[in-house]
Amino acid sequence: MERRKFIRNSLALVAPTMISGNPIHVLQDHPLLNTALLSTSNTDKVLVIVQLNGGNDGLNTVIPLSNYDNYNNARTNIALPENKVLKLMGNSATGIHPSMTSFQNMFTDGKLNIVQSVGYPQPSFSHFRATDIWMSGSDSDQYLNTGWAGRFLNYNYPNYPDAYPNSTNPDPIAIQIGSLSTLTCQGPAVNMALSISDPSSFYNLIEGTDAATANTNAGYELSFIRTIAKQTNQYTVRIKKASDSVTQQVTYPNNSLAAQLKIVARLIKGGLQTKVYMVNYGGFDTHSGQVVTTDTTTGTHANLLKVLSDSIAAFQSDMSGLEIEDRVIGMTYSEFGRRIKSNASGGTDHGAAAPLFLFGKNVRGGVFGDNPAIPASATSNDNVPYQFDFRSVYNTILQNWFCVSSTAEIEILLKQFPTIPLINASVCGINDKNSVFAKDSLIYNYPNPFTNMTKIEFKTSGGITSLQLLNGEGTLIQILVEANYSFAGTNSYNLYGTGLSAGVYYIRLQNVDKTYIKAIVKM
Amino acid sequence: MSLAPQTSVLGLNPYKGNWTSLQVKHLLNRALFGAKATDIEYFKNKGLTFSIDELLNVQTINIPPPLNDYNSTTFTDPNVVLGKTWINDITTDGTINSYRRNSYKKWLINVWLGQERNIREKLSLFWSNHFGTEADTIVYGSMIYSHHQIFRNNCVGNFKQMVRLVTTDPGMLRYLNGYLNTKTAPDENYGRELQELFTVGKQGGAKYTEDDVKNAAKVLTGWKIDANFNSVFDATRHDTTNKTFSSFYKGTTVIGKTSANGALETDELLNMIFQNTEVAKFICRKLYRYFVYYYIDDNIENNIITPLSNIFIANNYEIKPVLKTLLSSEHFYDTLYIGCQIKSPIDHVLAFLKQFEITFPDAVTDYADSYYLYNNIVNQLISMGQNPVDPPNVSGWPAYYQTPEFNELWINADTLPKRNKFTDLMLETGYTRNGKKVIVNTIQFAKNVCPNPSDPNALIESVFSFLVSTEIAASLKASLKTQILLSGQTTDYYWTDAWNTYNTSPTTINFNTVNTRLKSLLKYIMNLPDYQLQ
Repeated sequence: MERRKFIRNSLALVAPTMISGNPIHVLQDHPLLNTALLSTSNTDKVLVIVQLNGGNDGLNTVIPLSNYDNYNNARTNIALPENKVLKLMGNSATGIHPSMTSFQNMFTDGKLNIVQSVGYPQPSFSHFRATDIWMSGSDSDQYLNTGWAGRFLNYNYPNYPDAYPNSTNPDPIAIQIGSLSTLTCQGPAVNMALSISDPSSFYNLIEGTDAATANTNAGYELSFIRTIAKQTNQYTVRIKKASDSVTQQVTYPNNSLAAQLKIVARLIKGGLQTKVYMVNYGGFDTHSGQVVTTDTTTGTHANLLKVLSDSIAAFQSDMSGLEIEDRVIGMTYSEFGRRIKSNASGGTDHGAAAPLFLFGKNVRGGVFGDNPAIPASATSNDNVPYQFDFRSVYNTILQNWFCVSSTAEIEILLKQFPTIPLINASVCGINDKNSVFAKDSLIYNYPNPFTNMTKIEFKTSGGITSLQLLNGEGTLIQILVEANYSFAGTNSYNLYGTGLSAGVYYIRLQNVDKTYIKAIVKM
Repeated sequence: MSLAPQTSVLGLNPYKGNWTSLQVKHLLNRALFGAKATDIEYFKNKGLTFSIDELLNVQTINIPPPLNDYNSTTFTDPNVVLGKTWINDITTDGTINSYRRNSYKKWLINVWLGQERNIREKLSLFWSNHFGTEADTIVYGSMIYSHHQIFRNNCVGNFKQMVRLVTTDPGMLRYLNGYLNTKTAPDENYGRELQELFTVGKQGGAKYTEDDVKNAAKVLTGWKIDANFNSVFDATRHDTTNKTFSSFYKGTTVIGKTSANGALETDELLNMIFQNTEVAKFICRKLYRYFVYYYIDDNIENNIITPLSNIFIANNYEIKPVLKTLLSSEHFYDTLYIGCQIKSPIDHVLAFLKQFEITFPDAVTDYADSYYLYNNIVNQLISMGQNPVDPPNVSGWPAYYQTPEFNELWINADTLPKRNKFTDLMLETGYTRNGKKVIVNTIQFAKNVCPNPSDPNALIESVFSFLVSTEIAASLKASLKTQILLSGQTTDYYWTDAWNTYNTSPTTINFNTVNTRLKSLLKYIMNLPDYQLQ
């Protein structure tokens, strides 16, 4: 029986003959896909978040030279020899791990800074809980099911993912590489980060290869659905195209973090308007065998830090070569630091605050904050207390890099945190203030923030419509409107402040199968 | 990788191989709208023979009928009070009937979701689709209800008897204009579809002629619908001439009859049609496509369809022996066919609701909230392209007949994201009405499908084997474990600890630690193309 396979696509973007062989190119001629792609006038700012899974040992990463004796006493079996610690230009009190020569150079160039002892009150020592706290930006005893970057992106793109991509926003808003979507970019309604449906498929996409299917009818149908899934995810086409357009890059080291950063560099240069990229690198949970005992400058942790600094340095050099370093910064973080005192297994147990790095041409170089205080005879329970709340770092990035207004800040971080001068002041000039604002929301309220009453206007496309009030943790506290509208249109509801404590709330509009979310603030 | 559909050389001999969760799930995916973990366990313990017997043992039906859920401040049904059934009330009022059609659809979701461990609802949907009618065209709620009850009552019974009932069913008389078919103005609509779509089909040896269509229409003249929505035979409208059919029907003549005897011609017409072996083949092909796979080549035609149709004929068109043979066969359980069906929207949504054991408020005692919530499900099905009891036309949904794509038609760039969005929504927000929430309980789910959910390896294995039928690469499972359940850590202990901590101290924060990760895992798995297959 002759069998022809018609590939159906309700968006009518394809001629069937173009499908076989190279499905990735199917959508290339659709006007949407060329909008703004590869445009060199793109000035959007980008943040690259480097997550170090496991809890990086801050004290062996950034060494408190001014307090070396106490440091050495606390961890004799893993302490780095004072004379091997790399010096930082213009700073004799603090040094970095001997394997981080690349970071030493970046520091000298003013493209790297160190923020000391970043953490939060009542630190959690659980990987999961601490990771959730960092990703969500919550207090230690508070649970948020949205991520800090997700709230920022949701503020900026309130209706995502409905009607996305579109001609103004043709690209994924955030991209997670090397792992699955995480809490960081979880918005109130959906995860704002592009979720590629297979960890290997991101590389397959870039390489243009396909995952195998079984030699059964299920395998046959699976290939069919995958083809449709590819066509459906219009982003994949732009990603591939952006990636393909960059042909010259610096040489990156051969490790998984560098591989991820190399892709990020290509996508930024290739013209994607994506604002946030997340990459990760694991193995920092060094309970034992953190160093080679005969030479503590070598071993597991040394290797991890070498990968980190060499990969980021290569990325930075690539940014420079690709002439996009003005608009890209990055930050590293780990869910916690490790205990001041080392353990008997040549490792360190879960701890509290730790230093983090910001990198990029537009970060202000230097060391921010003081070396952590280390007791003369540290006990196994001693921890590094925090000097900077991690949300101060987030707020700095929001206000001084993305130029978010301070009113927006409270909607995103749910509290006010002082900024730290980590980023060149010229980035967000006065004129750029408030340049980030909510657009085209289907929910509008005035006044916001409010005290006595705020009028909420919402648009429905008709059918079952539900307007709900959620608290800052995302828990439903009241159903404001529940109706089956015969017609599309705008309706309103007056929300009174009585009985609502001060803080952030969300209004959620659920209309048949669509959901929209807007943050409101009760004073 | 397979570049084309394949067919198995295994035939209808009884399957003698292993009876594991894999085979049980395969059988239940086809015979039910998905399965709960306890259903799989139940039938695994029964063994194949008893499982088939039980699935085909359709008991007398006692489903509470659809109710008036629609009286409101702006509309009142004058004949039926709120909370009472409308199925026995006769009215031609357009507005009332429009409410009743919606009520029927909401009720139907409840019936499907609450299906017993037998094939009735899955098979009734097959027959409803086979005898395609549109509720929007029949209009009247009570007629729509009794039309579809024919299929519930006869789903595993006698096919010839079912055709007889459908032929003079008021809903069908209305839908295909049989009630307008008179000797002075014959309407050929039903006479044609009876042959083309309901019995002999158009494929293979089905070679009836245009005159056969005209003559069948003449035989059927005189049937009409009375004021009580009963079908009656009106002899004054009946064509009493002799009707002689083509050589395809061996030149059979239906002798014209007068008065009430004219109605007997209908039975003679069906006797004639059922003399032809094409009927059995046509129905067996369609059953094969519904229960096994859409692809039929000469091998399937000769080794499955022909012997199956012989069983159908030998059993005087009893449906049960055919299904029993097919569902017990080594062909059915060949790995070539495991997981090869693309789920219809109804399969996708209902299987999801069953797999996650999502419970709705009681459809009788709490009908208002129940129907309200079911309306969301109806809307989901409509947006995915399968409006219940409203297929696009008399042929039913194209996914069940359109060559060469068949059920691939369900998936396109519009519907695939909607399917994913539905499962995402049920994990994230669910639906709420008056404080009643229908949403996935991830922790209960993990306990239901995995005996040892504190072990992340066991958990991932169990979730995959429960939710998908395709082989999943070990590398993907490993990376899901690390990236999601372990949040990037390398030691399994961290998940075990989080799970145990929650179980000993179920605080909100401990709950969320586990729930967030389970949600991500489930979301990921159900967004895999593999989840679209059954």
